[in-house]
Amino acid sequence: MGKRVLLIEDEPNIIEAIRYILSRDGFAVDTHSDGSTALQAIAAKAPDMVILDVMLPNKSGFEILRELRSDAATEGLPVLMLTARGQKKDREMAERFGASQFMTKPFSNSEMLESVRTLLGS
Amino acid sequence: MPKRGLTGSRIRDRRISQGMRQVALAREAGISAAYLNLIEHNRRRIGGKLLLEISRVLEVEPSQLSEGAEVALLEKLRHAALAQSGVTVDAGRAEELAGRFPDWAHLLADQQQRLEGLERTVEALTDRLTHDPQLAASMHEVISVVTAIRSTSAILVDGGDIDVEWQARFHRNLYEDSQRLAESSQALVAFLDGTGDGETEVGLTLPQEEVEKWLQGCGYVVDALEAGGAVADVLRGAGELTGAATTESFARNYLERYRHDAGLMPLDDVIRAIGEHGISPLELAQVFECAVPVVLRRIAIALAHQGQAVGIVACDSSGTLSFRKPLDGFPLPRFGAACPLWPLFQALSRPAVPIRSVVEQSGHIARRFQTFAIAAPITVPVFDVAPVYEATMLILPDDVVDLAEDVIATPIGFSCRICPRAGCKARREPSILTDGF
Repeated sequence: MGKRVLLIEDEPNIIEAIRYILSRDGFAVDTHSDGSTALQAIAAKAPDMVILDVMLPNKSGFEILRELRSDAATEGLPVLMLTARGQKKDREMAERFGASQFMTKPFSNSEMLESVRTLLGS
Repeated sequence: MPKRGLTGSRIRDRRISQGMRQVALAREAGISAAYLNLIEHNRRRIGGKLLLEISRVLEVEPSQLSEGAEVALLEKLRHAALAQSGVTVDAGRAEELAGRFPDWAHLLADQQQRLEGLERTVEALTDRLTHDPQLAASMHEVISVVTAIRSTSAILVDGGDIDVEWQARFHRNLYEDSQRLAESSQALVAFLDGTGDGETEVGLTLPQEEVEKWLQGCGYVVDALEAGGAVADVLRGAGELTGAATTESFARNYLERYRHDAGLMPLDDVIRAIGEHGISPLELAQVFECAVPVVLRRIAIALAHQGQAVGIVACDSSGTLSFRKPLDGFPLPRFGAACPLWPLFQALSRPAVPIRSVVEQSGHIARRFQTFAIAAPITVPVFDVAPVYEATMLILPDDVVDLAEDVIATPIGFSCRICPRAGCKARREPSILTDGF
């Protein structure tokens, strides 16, 4: 069975596209849209990595990331941050909060696939 | 006769040059022809709101009527000379320039005015681009939709074997996203589209801004409420305030407070008291037995009624500006945080302590202002519950209060993002003017 990726993103058509390209490459993809229950979803699904959007309803991706890193169970979980803002300060903030990698929207599918393969050591 | 005494003559000259009858001007200005005749023959003084009204009808600046065109032009030329940092200009020779080359002098003055208008527009747009929550949300929507379109179309183009059902699904997604993108783009353009003429702010949308625009239109004086009228009647006659529920709610709250203040401190009494005591908020508070924030608001209304430059700003306990009446040389940000050195915010740290402070704004010309500020509770006292405070700051330019040259002024700015002051300990973020975008 392929590695499991949890995509936390609230834009339906982005979810569909990412799910398609990752599952076609052999990854199992779960999705979740609500920032306020993202941590519970991560605990329940126990993914091998998380793709995490910054701008989520009810709770920001940075807050979720900070809580993941402060929990021993998830401090080493690979996290790819997605954001619409590509400025240096946003990249620095993602690093500061502990993102494994940072990607700006819009991204290329090959770039997304490459990042996931790299982070999962595939 | 002093120059001011010739105001009536200038009005008459201007009216005649425009081919306007005395009766017509009087009617447009809201006075009788007989009274206008007395004014034009310099038998009645004129100032304040009436001068502004006549200036508006005659399409001329008030100073050109009260002081003569020459004085207004010389003032603009001196202002232009002082505004150019890094260039040494002998401002004292402005009169010579105006006398020998009047057309060039007018051109220079007009271009300086336009330049300042454009600078204000840039400040407003920068402020909006950085902090406007609606703009941020719109941009996020556009980028999200573009991301979906890019990924989906790449799947269809790159794709290899794609199940027919998936193809149909992706095509439908592209169609829906392209429609959303069209709508989002149109909304974004409409949002950013505004007058942008440098004289007014760009693209007003928030309820607070709608109310402030309406107040600007009536000179910040609501005559109906000064006369004891009902808030409902004012709202009924102001369609632009009742289009959206949030705007109407904001307007109603403002007008109810205005009415309450007017009842405590009638406008004519305030004007008379200022004449007797000067612009002294604490003295006026004793005279009218009113709270200082009410006094500050009524002073602003009284001065506005008389056509004098005055600014007033209020903020809540978080420092968010809740009301703005800016004045020339002291802009007030629409979004984001203002300069933390403003006495308005100092007042929040010392509730109920009135603060009097002379400040100096950053910019090409360092203008000084007298400010009075105070933070007062707006909630009813409840045991063991911290009150909610609102701070109010009255802003008076140095030509209204006649500040002495040797008064030490606190240097302040508009907002950190566009403030050029170096070494400010209160700086919150880099300035685009010194550090770039």
